[in-house]
Amino acid sequence: MKHRQYWIANLRLVGILLSIWFLVSFGCGILFVDVLNQIQIGGFKLGFWFAQQGSIVVFVVLIFVYAVLANRLDRTHDVDENE
Amino acid sequence: MSQQLLIYFVVGGSFLLYIGLAIYSKANSTSDFYVAGKHVSPVANGMATAADWMSAASFISMAGLIAFLGYDGSVYLMGWTGGYVILALLLAPYLRKFGKYTVPEFIGDRYDSQIARTVAVICLIVISFTYVAGQMRGVGIVFARFLNVDVTIGLLTGMGVVFVYAVFGGMKGITYTQVAQYCVMIFAYTLPAIFITFQVTNIPIPQLGFGSELADGSGYLLNRLDQVVTELGFASYTDGSKSMVDVFFITMALMIGTAGLPHVIVRFFTVPRVRDARVSAGYALLFIAILYTTAPAVGSLARWNLTATIQTGDVGVPTANLQYEERPEWFKTWEETGLITFDDKNQDGRIQYYNDANEEFVAVADSYGWEGNELTIDRDILVLANPEIAGLPDWVVAFIAAGAIAAALSTAAGLLLVISAAVSHDLVKSVFNRNMSDRNELIVGRICAAVAICLAGYLGFDLPAFVAEVVAFAFGIAAASLFPVILLGIFSVRVNGIGAICGMLAGLVFTTLYINAFKGMLFSPMFENIPENWLFGISPEGIGVLGALLNFAVTLVVSYCTKAPRQEVVDLVYHLRTPRVAQSEVSHG
Repeated sequence: MKHRQYWIANLRLVGILLSIWFLVSFGCGILFVDVLNQIQIGGFKLGFWFAQQGSIVVFVVLIFVYAVLANRLDRTHDVDENE
Repeated sequence: MSQQLLIYFVVGGSFLLYIGLAIYSKANSTSDFYVAGKHVSPVANGMATAADWMSAASFISMAGLIAFLGYDGSVYLMGWTGGYVILALLLAPYLRKFGKYTVPEFIGDRYDSQIARTVAVICLIVISFTYVAGQMRGVGIVFARFLNVDVTIGLLTGMGVVFVYAVFGGMKGITYTQVAQYCVMIFAYTLPAIFITFQVTNIPIPQLGFGSELADGSGYLLNRLDQVVTELGFASYTDGSKSMVDVFFITMALMIGTAGLPHVIVRFFTVPRVRDARVSAGYALLFIAILYTTAPAVGSLARWNLTATIQTGDVGVPTANLQYEERPEWFKTWEETGLITFDDKNQDGRIQYYNDANEEFVAVADSYGWEGNELTIDRDILVLANPEIAGLPDWVVAFIAAGAIAAALSTAAGLLLVISAAVSHDLVKSVFNRNMSDRNELIVGRICAAVAICLAGYLGFDLPAFVAEVVAFAFGIAAASLFPVILLGIFSVRVNGIGAICGMLAGLVFTTLYINAFKGMLFSPMFENIPENWLFGISPEGIGVLGALLNFAVTLVVSYCTKAPRQEVVDLVYHLRTPRVAQSEVSHG
């Protein structure tokens, strides 16, 4: 039972983070790139920036956020490695 | 000191460092040899993964590729970084919990099938050998270009160095050499980039610089670049010319291909704990991102420098094209190597560089008196010539040489090691001699590594012409064969051995046939490689995604039509999913 709760919570966490992953890369960088390119910030068209810079930065942040939240999830469900 | 001597000095010094590190961290057991004894810290593993991942192609060719592709180059930037998110969230922690040595071993245990394990070994060998042959070739070319030696001698030197540290050091040895190689690479890459960005935009940070105004005050770099290249008949830099469907599928194929590459996955077997695997993936991507966010800046700046050097004023004004006699020094240097060639078609003594494949623009060019594009540029020189364009001292060039060699060697070593581990551990030990002692397995592992190096060297030396195409093949196969069955093996308890075998074979066969049908490797191409002929408009580079979907579908359907896995396998899956079994459940027994 405990395993099941932990696993569902874990799937929810991974699901949310992967939605963001999809949104910034495939969403902002590819599918909506033309719309976002209408907006220019400094010398960057926004869609182009997401495709060549923004998505990569978000990827890095996502993994660290996952590491922190997954470790916390382990502790609250008493399945963390304690050695 | 002459530049040549300086290069010998720096490259030779870096070799001594790698070999020294390998001797210092010699492998004493199979655990050391396959997974570095599982004692690698997450930060060190992150650096080693980054060096493992970034190949000679990333280091030398990627920025140049982006310079000429513009927005379309984003497929490589997102594709070769986004895969780490999938890896970190869906695979790495669970595979680390599994806690054994190789990817085929996981597939064999999870699917309770020696056949599945053997099929996985075949996929792994196909993927890794295609990759490593290109790396060995890269080592040879870098040697030839920087040290003025024959490609063959360069190749043999590279093989010798990898031989010493991979065969003796195993995973433990290559991990610490890769950490050193990462430092050499990233220094060599970012330093010229910083100087070039500062020269063109007055901003010393490449990631910001390419979104800034030009130092001469004529406007934003990217806007000016768009304007000039379109005036010369090229596609707009920030828009690109590939279809959205194709960009989507290529990016996805590279991402899931990354997550399915055995030499990358196995790096996460080397850290002590599950939580280390999670955070280590973050460090790996951070270290990769330093180069991958610099590359597009280098690409756009290099394209601008090149275009502005040749097209000195408004397009169409005769005097706005550079006179050949006035070409800069770096132009002459690279002309000698044959990587830039000039052919004065209209005999005006000036260089016209434009897109003569664009029929609409050719008419305009005719009215200017231009009789065809006169300049051919090898895209690799955009990175290699950077220090000269920026006027940096000779020792920076020496570091670029050392960095390029480090990039090729680190990737080659990682690939060779997964090949030798798969052969010694997953074939020799598990199929032929189950009772082999640890000591003997280590000897077999070393022999396999030595044989793999010789074979890779031979392939690199005698590289068939189609190898540039083969990169797409390696990613396609990784995406379509290994990734789906690893993922399902963790996230479904119902999938079974027969399903996985059918799934892997379906993905492998479909992807291989599709790529072959257009690119022709095993047999001659059946269709012309143009968008009209592609299935759903997906190019061979992106087809791995469909292969993966097919693999998922076949594995699931076959599994649900056949009997569920044994209880031991179900227990294994539950074991993978939690870092530690909860106290309350232990008491239940």
